Amino acid sequence: MNLAIRDIRHNFGRFALTTIGIGLLLMIVMGMGGIYRGLIREATLLVDRIGGDFWLVQGGTRGPFAELSRVPATLEDRARAVPGVASARRFVSHTIQREYRGRPLRMVVQGLAWPQDNGDWLPLIAGRPLSQAHCEMIADRSLGLPLGAQLKLGKDVYAVVGLTKGMVGTGGDGSCFFTVSDAMAIQFDQPGEAVRLERQARRARVEARDLGMVQPLLLDRAAGPGAGIPALAAPRVSAVLLTLSPGANAAAVAATCAAWPDVTVYSTQQQLKLLLAGMVDKARRQLGLFRVLLIIISTIIMALIIYTLTLDKIHDIAMLKLIGARNGVIIGLILQQALLMGALGFALAYWLGTFAFPRFPRQVVIEQRDLLVLAGIVVGISVLSSLLGLWKAMRVEPNKVLS
Amino acid sequence: MTSEALADMPAVETSGLTKVYGTGNTEVVAMKNVTLRVARGEVVALLGPSGAGKSTLLTAIGLVNPPTAGRVAIVGQPVLDGERALVDLRAFRRRHLGFVFQKANLIPFLTAAENVQIAMEINDMSPRAARHRTMELLGYLGVADRASHYPDALSGGQQQRVAVARALANHPGLILADEPTAALDSMRGRQVMELFRKVAHERGAAALVVTHDHRALDVFDRTYEMEDGQLR
Ligand SMILES: Nc1ncnc2c1ncn2[C@@H]1O[C@H](COP(=O)(O)OP(=O)(O)O)[C@@H](O)[C@H]1O
Ligand SMILES: [Mg+2]
Repeated sequence: MNLAIRDIRHNFGRFALTTIGIGLLLMIVMGMGGIYRGLIREATLLVDRIGGDFWLVQGGTRGPFAELSRVPATLEDRARAVPGVASARRFVSHTIQREYRGRPLRMVVQGLAWPQDNGDWLPLIAGRPLSQAHCEMIADRSLGLPLGAQLKLGKDVYAVVGLTKGMVGTGGDGSCFFTVSDAMAIQFDQPGEAVRLERQARRARVEARDLGMVQPLLLDRAAGPGAGIPALAAPRVSAVLLTLSPGANAAAVAATCAAWPDVTVYSTQQQLKLLLAGMVDKARRQLGLFRVLLIIISTIIMALIIYTLTLDKIHDIAMLKLIGARNGVIIGLILQQALLMGALGFALAYWLGTFAFPRFPRQVVIEQRDLLVLAGIVVGISVLSSLLGLWKAMRVEPNKVLS
Repeated sequence: MTSEALADMPAVETSGLTKVYGTGNTEVVAMKNVTLRVARGEVVALLGPSGAGKSTLLTAIGLVNPPTAGRVAIVGQPVLDGERALVDLRAFRRRHLGFVFQKANLIPFLTAAENVQIAMEINDMSPRAARHRTMELLGYLGVADRASHYPDALSGGQQQRVAVARALANHPGLILADEPTAALDSMRGRQVMELFRKVAHERGAAALVVTHDHRALDVFDRTYEMEDGQLR
């Protein structure tokens, strides 16, 4: 006769409520773990997905994610000349906050090195990659932009031609992919008046010098587009991404680029480390600590629940001992019930999570490994707190029943 | 020892049982030098005022409250020498002793039948055989129709009869009952007492019953009286 099952059957309401309580508690623990993993996943997502081998960033900086980095776009050509480099791409990334149909729209503008890169590596769930150099964009689903939506950014209108799933920036904002030139146009867009004022100021500066006096033609140049002035720098990009050809000597490529005084080289691994150890480090530790606290608290709560359930039965346990029940019978009664409660609570937590977690604004990543660890903890708690109850139960004197 | 040899042995025999609770200022001598003997098939009453030490004696014989000094032998086997156990007490309890108390102390989450059956399964009887014997016992005690009810759906008398069935589950050589009828009306009380007599006479068990109920004394073969921890 299984006493645990019979006790549960007879006190089903109490058992069910307790199990639901434990399930909700475990769901929160599970969710906290998922939020923690999600933060890490989101932080490293782009670096993982974009698939380069080396990042060339502004000399002395830890860009382009952890801090601002500016390198000339021509760095791309210089990198291509290094033996062992299969391709070099410009990388442009910045976050903008605009409005779409009256609600704020925060998005990470990512540049794709058109025409080599049209975004076909992105996890598209609808639409297509870019097919022209301008005025098209691929948006992440989390931004809530429908396929075909028209968005005015800067002076141009962009059409959403493709939708991705789960592509977010390090801060959890949805990503949008444009060609590099579009991305830069969005970043460096200036109102016409600002351009006019700048040309005026430039002309005034030239006029104030001897050079402007002796060569009046320069005054016309100064009032023209900035790109037409040799002394002005070309637009800058955030970083350049290198992909090695198969069998290339990675160390040699890294050494060559590292010798250039104006840039710093990071491997993809180093870039990931910069992100985790720097940028999201505090958030990660904050969540990690909270998660540990949650686990400790739920351990205590579960232990208390199971312990009190055992104390409730102390009289029955005394009776069982009086009529000669072996310890195994008593242990079975307590332990089986605790384990069943833990297992059902865990299953309930998992099941509820499959509804709740996808509705969170940022990713909640439930990893197999975390589930296993949590399952281990639940079994551990169930056993430990049963032992606590058992310790009490084993000490109960059978003649307690008499009084 | 063969079972015939066992049958000749007294169901219980004690010598010089003494129990002292506490030490120093709080010392209480609850039982002093108690020597008694109950034969198989005998139904014996234990009378005495409250605080006389009756429960102390019963629990000492019941192997749940070892005496400070003295010896206990049950069905011919020495089991206690002072506080020292000479056998596995819990195993001995489940094989040879049956308990009934003032309260039925049924396990609330088991049905009447399961409360009886668990006692047999604890003693390694197969569930099938246990179910069979349970129904037989409940029938014998007149509560077969309540078999599938939980204790809280039974009257006090029915609960006590289920408790008696549980005490009889493993063919005990000795039944120990501590005021088993105190919570019952006199008619039901008498029925329970007669049940002990019936079991003792028909099944060769002995019963030692603590009682205050002098109206039912004619049921017993013999009575012991206890006062201030001593038998008179
Ligand atoms: N656990 C105990 N600790 C201390 N004193 C006890 C304990 N149990 C019983 N006594 C004392 O022993 C005496 C006998 O008690 P008990 O055997 O219960 O008497 P009865 O059952 O005849 O009423 C009483 O004075 C009682 O107070
Ligand atoms: Mg008493």
